This record gives sequence, C-alpha cells and structure tokens, in this order.
Amino acid sequence: MKIEAKNVKFFYGQDQVLKDISMSIKKNTVTALIGPSGCGKSTFLRLFNRMNDLIEGARLEGEILIDGVDIYNKNINVNELRKTIGMVFQKPNPFPKTIYENVAYGLKVNGVSDKNIIEESVEQSLKQAALWEEVKDKLKKSAFALSGGQQQRLCIARALAVKPSILLMDEPASALDPISSIKIEELIYQLKSSYTILIVTHNMQQASRTSDKTAFFYMGELVEFDDTRTLFTNPKKERTQNYITGRFG
Amino acid sequence: MINEKSQKSIRRQKALSERLQKISKSKFYLIQDEVFKYFGLFCTILGIAVLIVFLFNLFVTAGSRIDWGFLTNLPSRRAAKAGIYTAWVGTLWILVLTTIIALPIGIAAGVYLEEYNKKNRFSSLLEVNIANLAGVPSIVYGLLGLELFARFIGTGESLLTGALTLALLILPVIIVSTREALKTVPYTIREASYALGATKWQTIWNQVLPASLSGIFTGMILALSRAVGETAPLIVIGALAFVPFVPTSVFDSFTVLPIQIFNWVSRPQKEFSVNAAAAIIVLLSITFMMNGIAVYLRHRWQKKIKW
Ligand SMILES: Nc1ncnc2c1ncn2[C@@H]1O[C@H](COP(=O)(O)OP(=O)(O)OP(=O)(O)O)[C@@H](O)[C@H]1O
Ligand SMILES: [Mg+2]
Repeated sequence: MKIEAKNVKFFYGQDQVLKDISMSIKKNTVTALIGPSGCGKSTFLRLFNRMNDLIEGARLEGEILIDGVDIYNKNINVNELRKTIGMVFQKPNPFPKTIYENVAYGLKVNGVSDKNIIEESVEQSLKQAALWEEVKDKLKKSAFALSGGQQQRLCIARALAVKPSILLMDEPASALDPISSIKIEELIYQLKSSYTILIVTHNMQQASRTSDKTAFFYMGELVEFDDTRTLFTNPKKERTQNYITGRFG
Repeated sequence: MINEKSQKSIRRQKALSERLQKISKSKFYLIQDEVFKYFGLFCTILGIAVLIVFLFNLFVTAGSRIDWGFLTNLPSRRAAKAGIYTAWVGTLWILVLTTIIALPIGIAAGVYLEEYNKKNRFSSLLEVNIANLAGVPSIVYGLLGLELFARFIGTGESLLTGALTLALLILPVIIVSTREALKTVPYTIREASYALGATKWQTIWNQVLPASLSGIFTGMILALSRAVGETAPLIVIGALAFVPFVPTSVFDSFTVLPIQIFNWVSRPQKEFSVNAAAAIIVLLSITFMMNGIAVYLRHRWQKKIKW
C-alpha cells in the first residue's frame, strides 16, 4: 500500500471534522474524494502533506502512513515530506513570477542550483503537464499572462518538477471552463502511470471518468470506499446512492 | 375570508410598488447626489488652490534667487552671498543614513510581527504601542536622541545622531506600512510555496517579500519625505544652522535644509527671508520628487500584480 490512513480523527479546536477514518490507497491509482460541501474532503487531503500543520489549534489522532512510514512521526522533516507530495489547489495560484521561475522554484528551494538540470526539469515538467507547446516561446513572460486553464496546468507542472510520488488535487478543475477541465482530466489519466493521485471533486462525471477508486464522505465520516465503477453503479449505502443521484448534498 | 386577506395583501403590494416607483423618480435623490458632487469638488479645489497660491507666491518672491551659486555657496553672514550647499548636502546625508538604518530594522520588525508573531496578549500590546509611537510628537524623539545617542552612546551632535533619531521617528511608519504590504500577499501564494517543500524563511524571502516590495518602498519613501522636513528633533540634538563646511563623515556636525530655512526666517533682514523662500522651493522640490517616486512605484505595483 502506498498510502494508509488508520483511525484518523481530526479536530479544528473543539470541532471534530474527521471521525475515525481508515483507508488504503494503492500505488499508481487515482482515488476520488467526493461528498457534500464541508464534509471534510479538503481537510482529509491536506493531512497527507501536513498542510494542516499550518493551522493553529488543529489536532490529529490516528496514523497516516506513506510507504509504511508514519509521516507524523517526530523524526519526519515536514519540508522533505512535502517535496515528495505535490499539491494542486482549487484556484490556480501561480507565483507572481515568470513561467520558468514558477516551475523552477521547487527545485531552487530544495537546493538544486545547477542551471542545466533546472532547465531540463522545467521543460520536462511542462511537457508532462501538457503545457510545453503553448508556453515554450514565452517562458520569461509572467505566469499571470496565462489563461486560467493554462495557469492550473502550470501549477501542476510546478508540483511535478520536484519529482513527487503522490499528487494531491483539491478540486483542480472547478474554477475552469469545460474544455480546460477536460484537459486536466486527460492529464490526470496520463499521470496515473507514474503518480499516486488523490483528487477532490464535486463533479460526479469527473470522478467516474478519472478515478479507479472513489471515497464518499459525509459529515466527517467515510461512508463508502470502493471501485469507482461499483460505487457509481451499485452503491451499498443508501446515502451514497442519494448523493450520486443528486438527491441531496 | 382567505380571499379577502389575499386581496388586501395584493393591494398593499401594489401601493408599495407605486410608492417605490415614485421615490426612484423623485428628483430629491438626484439633487442630493449633484449637491454632494459639487461640494466635494469645491473642497478639493480649495485645497489645491491654496497650495497653488502659496507656490506662486514663493516663486515670485524667490524664483530668481535660485541659481548655481545659491546651491553651491557656503552659508554666509551676507544674504546675497549665502548659499545652501551645506544644508542640502546635510539633508542628503541624513536621507541616505536614515534609510540605511531604518529600512532593514523596519522591514525585519514588520516581517516578524506579521509573519512570525503568535497572537497573544503580549503581541497585541506590542502592536498598539507601535501604532501609538507613530503619533508621538517629533520633538520627543529629539529629546530621546539627545539623551540616548548624543550623550549616553556618545555620538555627539553628529550626522549619525541625527540619522539615528530620525530613523527612530519613522520606524513605526515603516513597520506599519511593511505589515500592510505583507498582508496584501494572499495566503494561497504562501500555501503553494510550503506545498513545494519551502521553509517559512524561504517562503517569506522568495515569495512574500518580493511580492510586497514596492508597497514597502512606497511606505519607506513617504516616511522619508516626512523625515526630510523634520526640524524640531534635529534642533534638539544640536544640528547647527551655521556650518561653514560640508560633512565628510558620519561623525561631523551638520545642518539640514529645514534648519537653514528656520534660521533665515528668524532674521530681521528682508534679504534673508528671500533666501528662506528660495530654500523652501528646493526643499519642496525634494519632497515632491520623493512623493512622485512613491506614486510611480505604487502605480507600477498595482499594474503588475492582480491577485
Ligand atoms: N481552518 C479551519 N478552521 C476551523 N474549521 C475549519 C477550517 N477549515 C475547515 N474547517 C471546517 O472543517 C469542516 C470540513 O472542511 P473542509 O474544507 O475539509 O470541507 P470540504 O469537504 O473540503 O468542503 P468543500 O467541498 O466546500 O471544499 C467544515 O465544517 C469547515 O467549516
Ligand atoms: Mg474543500
């Protein structure tokens, strides 16, 4: 198992937002996290690169293992950990710098200074993110000059540049137009061969198109976790059934 | 019964919509709008008009007094021969030194308070006090500078004392404007940086500071343009009005433009007040220039970054 969550409980101050969640995720698969707004999907996703550490008063119980190692162990260096786990956010959030610098940033902060290596990785990452052809002539232009969809692929390239093994995506296409959104989906499909991907989405079609497994969350509980095909065609729980057919949530 | 109720309600709604229409058609609101518009315009013009009259008057009195000699002559007891060489060189010295001292400290303090400081009672006490410091009369800073730098540390009546004192004076302003500039950098940028494995320091140094730099500099320049005009604290620490030489090191005594102006204005002869007016033109040019740079920086910043 690439990722394992064992009896995870999570609290913002007094509020418990994740209630005893256990889940195992295989290597090189895409797992979709679905559920109504506020049910804890983002919170759960952000546990894996310890982004919740930045929130004051947040507290975790239980274990999160990546490649068998408890990432909340005292000996774990958070910055090292985050380097191995890429994250893409809901709203494209490029740095106010050039396209090139955006992709190179992760390498630079991790101590890579060899220009040739950086140049090579920038090109490779942009190609992986299916953006290279569109930007190869304007690498020195501001990233803000790109369209929303291009910015989001740039953010994916930026995450890929540091060679993570896991990619966390929090509603990566929800701020994009349908065509850009499809592009991101195709991209996820291609990236699957080399990355373990977790994607939060509110779009049922997107979940069923892109993922191998789907987890349905409701009010901080993991209601159902199964093969995507099974979950969408033959859910075991009534709540899941209601949600995916749009009867609530 | 029910019918009657609903008919009543329909009638009420109808009356309301008629009334709403009447109000939106009424001239009163339009007039109110117009009146305020012209009143605002009048107030704006009044402020500018006073300034223009003042500037015009200055130029008529002293415009012809400004020439190369006025800028390069040393002070003299004879008005016609006196120049502002020592004064503007002193002002320049003070500007540069104050910047060197205040900028790093101000930015560091601003970054600490905004990014590192945990929210607790001590920190809010600190914050309130910094805001208060910005309102302390400048002469108090002068007294502090005299006691602390000139006497206790022993820098005397030197440029260094002056610059240290003015740096203290503008520090609160720089700290506050640094924090404001840092606040404009959205959390998503920091998040993106952390997610790539950057440390807090790397995130602040590589992303947050560069993105807020023009905001910080704008605040800095505005603070400095205030410091350029300060007279009281420098008089207190003993900046002399009559310095017959140009300072060559930070330990030399000095004078600055506002003190030179103050000195000339307080003399009875008319020729000296013309000199003062001429020096005021020079001083104003410097502050206008600095404000111009600040406006330019802000403008460029807003154009470049749209979050
Ligand atoms: N920083 C925070 N401090 C306190 N409570 C929080 C914080 N972030 C989230 N919460 C709460 O935790 C719960 C779960 O939030 P979370 O963002 O994980 O939901 P989500 O499933 O991602 O929702 P959405 O689909 O709207 O993004 C919500 O009730 C939310 O109000
Ligand atoms: Mg969310």
